[in-house]
Amino acid sequence: MSLNYSQPLEISNLTSWLDAALRGCLAEFWVLLIEFVLVAVVLLAAYAVIALILIYAERKITAFFQARFGPNRVGKWGLLQSVADMIKILLKEIIKINRSDRFLFFVAPFFMIVASMLTFGAVPFGKGLHAIDFNIGVLYVTAVSSLGIIGVLLAGWSSNNKYSMIGAMRSGAQFVSYELSAGFALMTIVVLAGTMQFSAMIEGQRYCWNIFNGHISSIIAFVIYLISGHAETNRGPFDLPEAESELTAGYHTEYSGLQFGFFYLAEYLNMFIIASIATTVFLGGYMPIQVHGWEGFNQIMTYIPTYIWFFGKTAVLIFLSLWVRWSFPRLRIDQLLNLEWKYLLPINLVNILLMVILVLTGLTLTDLFPGLF
Amino acid sequence: MENIKKLIINTVPDAVIEDKQKLTVTVVPDKLHLLAKTFRDNAALPMDTLVYLIGVDRGEELGVNYLLCSSTDLSKEVVLKTGTTDRENPLLYSVTDLFETAHYNEREVFALLGIRFINNPDMRKFFLNGDWVGYPLRKDYDANPEINPVTLESKDIVDIAPRITETADGELVEDTVKIFEDDDYIINIGPQHPSTHGVMHFRTALDGEIVKKIDVHSGYIHRGIEKLSEGLTYPQILHFTDRLDYLSANINRHGLCMCVEKAAEIEVPERAQYIRTIMDELNRIDSHCLAWACQTNDLGATTAFIYGMREREVILDIFEKTCGGRLIINQNVVGGVMFDIYADFQKDVKAFIPYMRTKLVEYDRFFSHNVIGLGRMVSIGNLSKEDAISYAVTGPAGRGSGWSCDIRKHIPYALYDKVEFKEIIRTEGDSYARYLNRLDEIEESLHIIEQLIDNIPAGDICAKVKPILRLPEGEYYSRVEACRGEFGVFIESRGDKTPYRLKFRSPSMALVSAMPLICKNEKISDFIGIGGSMDYVIPDIDR
Repeated sequence: MSLNYSQPLEISNLTSWLDAALRGCLAEFWVLLIEFVLVAVVLLAAYAVIALILIYAERKITAFFQARFGPNRVGKWGLLQSVADMIKILLKEIIKINRSDRFLFFVAPFFMIVASMLTFGAVPFGKGLHAIDFNIGVLYVTAVSSLGIIGVLLAGWSSNNKYSMIGAMRSGAQFVSYELSAGFALMTIVVLAGTMQFSAMIEGQRYCWNIFNGHISSIIAFVIYLISGHAETNRGPFDLPEAESELTAGYHTEYSGLQFGFFYLAEYLNMFIIASIATTVFLGGYMPIQVHGWEGFNQIMTYIPTYIWFFGKTAVLIFLSLWVRWSFPRLRIDQLLNLEWKYLLPINLVNILLMVILVLTGLTLTDLFPGLF
Repeated sequence: MENIKKLIINTVPDAVIEDKQKLTVTVVPDKLHLLAKTFRDNAALPMDTLVYLIGVDRGEELGVNYLLCSSTDLSKEVVLKTGTTDRENPLLYSVTDLFETAHYNEREVFALLGIRFINNPDMRKFFLNGDWVGYPLRKDYDANPEINPVTLESKDIVDIAPRITETADGELVEDTVKIFEDDDYIINIGPQHPSTHGVMHFRTALDGEIVKKIDVHSGYIHRGIEKLSEGLTYPQILHFTDRLDYLSANINRHGLCMCVEKAAEIEVPERAQYIRTIMDELNRIDSHCLAWACQTNDLGATTAFIYGMREREVILDIFEKTCGGRLIINQNVVGGVMFDIYADFQKDVKAFIPYMRTKLVEYDRFFSHNVIGLGRMVSIGNLSKEDAISYAVTGPAGRGSGWSCDIRKHIPYALYDKVEFKEIIRTEGDSYARYLNRLDEIEESLHIIEQLIDNIPAGDICAKVKPILRLPEGEYYSRVEACRGEFGVFIESRGDKTPYRLKFRSPSMALVSAMPLICKNEKISDFIGIGGSMDYVIPDIDR
């Protein structure tokens, strides 16, 4: 409990107080029930709010890249623009398409949103801000996030539209390919960290982030993860499934209203999820910057709440992803697959081996300089 | 040219040769193909470029004028004329096997004048629906809207083309061909599509991601400008040209003014020539900036698109200050220009030149060497020089295939013989060559403006021109270098205040006609990229 004095702004203080208060007056079953509901509501709300913030941020940042103003009419600095857009999308008619497969057409967006929601639940936002802490967290995230592709394929298939179909097929090829690279890059770090549990992984990075700890090998894995993660989110230069100059809107051409909103939301959240997984696995997650022996410095750093650290690091990665998206032209499908199968995957396989060697021979930074890192 | 006359007499002894504005040869329909082939294969001076194919209702007969020129020297021109008196079932011989560009032009002539061409592989109507009643450009056309009512019913597209072929023993056979095979996977790119740059319709047969065949449907915004012009006086026609290729509005209008001035023998004041040339070059930079922007956008780089628009804005502001218009700038009139330059014009333009140069460096750094961009442009959409000539693909695209086809060099007009500039030619023939050509042409245009901007002489901006112009009887041609290639105007006058027949040569139509050739076996995403590199403008095709 001494931690509480040093970290007065942590939300975990609030949650543990709430937990204690509930347990004081209710039976175990009811306490858990109320807490589960609360967690679910908070996660759902956070999901929507983060998406809104991301949409606003992307517009403003893009405007900055493109010598424009971005939204600046609704609210101060256009702050309410994405809220207004959300309300608009909620009110819009959902258009039914003739000769489409109604059931699959209706179900497809849910696959997409559920997959990203499930992944979102496993992200450690801060100390104690972690809905579920599996001992196989990395595996779970990789597995669940790949469910989304089913939604894309179903959407393309059921729309009865040739553009959608081409978009969905591209998406399938792309997702399956890049999922491999992303998985291998995460495995590289699992080898280094020796655990698949996010909380343990973060704890292990207290004095040395994984990206530094495994030096060469970690940096390669980090770059590969960013590329393949970016590709998985279907955003430029990997936005072939919805390449608007070729396929108008790709797999979601025929969707309107809230159904389209789901795809849109999931796309933004996937960007956030990829960045947050990268933060957790490579950049020490919510752990503040700590240095061996600098007690005063460490103390000051821990005053900054962990969720600020987490969102700060994630924001840097998101900015990076936006920067890439708005600078590069789109790849062609064969170039995309070449990049994955001829370059990223072989490099990745060699990289895992390299990491194993580094770990076994004690060449990681923590092994080499135990007093420093 | 004496050699050519000799050649004509040797090939077709009964041809009628006249020395009008151009050397004009009239032959009977049977001999036209032979003569055209002789011209094309003439080793000394091959007349291998079909610039115009103009259908004319001459009253007693329906005829076609062909303007041929040499691909090595565009100023060597000859006009072939032929015609048929059969108004019920007019038939002429196709020259599609000699000049590929004739294909779409002959289909256009069929749609608008009803002349069918023997041996053209695909005799569907271009621009008009197959069930359109009447032929609009005939003088006896009935424009009553009840004959061709506007229907709200959707019409199925029939992929079957009629044709007439001549067998070896001289018999004419009418039959039909299927455009696509039965099990082709066809997607419609257009008429409403973000990357066709307008209402263009490409029916595209795909094999997976690979383009097998493209069928071009055009005419969604056909406004019948040539027909409308026949009822309007020359000053009234002027504003139509701005609405063809709206991105080279000023240059198109320059072309029409030149044609009328040549016919009416009006001397354009020196000052007006300077203003015209400077405005033309500004227009070219504006158009090339937009073309660059659109091409990058077609390849998926949205930010580059905005950068191109940003530089274009500066030029549009200069236009606006000069004459009030930004896109459709209404500057040229017969005899000169409508508005004089404003006080700070020279200052603004001189400030723009170094600004644009720094931006060209930025474009180069930002996109020209991007590894993804190179992968999407180098060796994609290859157009050989022979094909460029056969399809009459001019402008930056033709010069990207190694064909020197700059009208400003070959047939200098306005002040182009007084300024020094390079004709940018690349021999690769791919998308990247076309891309680089445009950027380099911006630099050349800046160079031209630099030489002129300080020397604008004082004087009138417009010659005295009668409000109602009557052009003397005859046929007049003018050719100018628009942003997308050669723009041409043909006027046939019978001494009235309105033209008897007016025809615009559209550079974009030639660009689109080459699309099925160069996109074959490319990926569908490269089809879009190649379209961006060709940079066609749809209203220019549809007219």
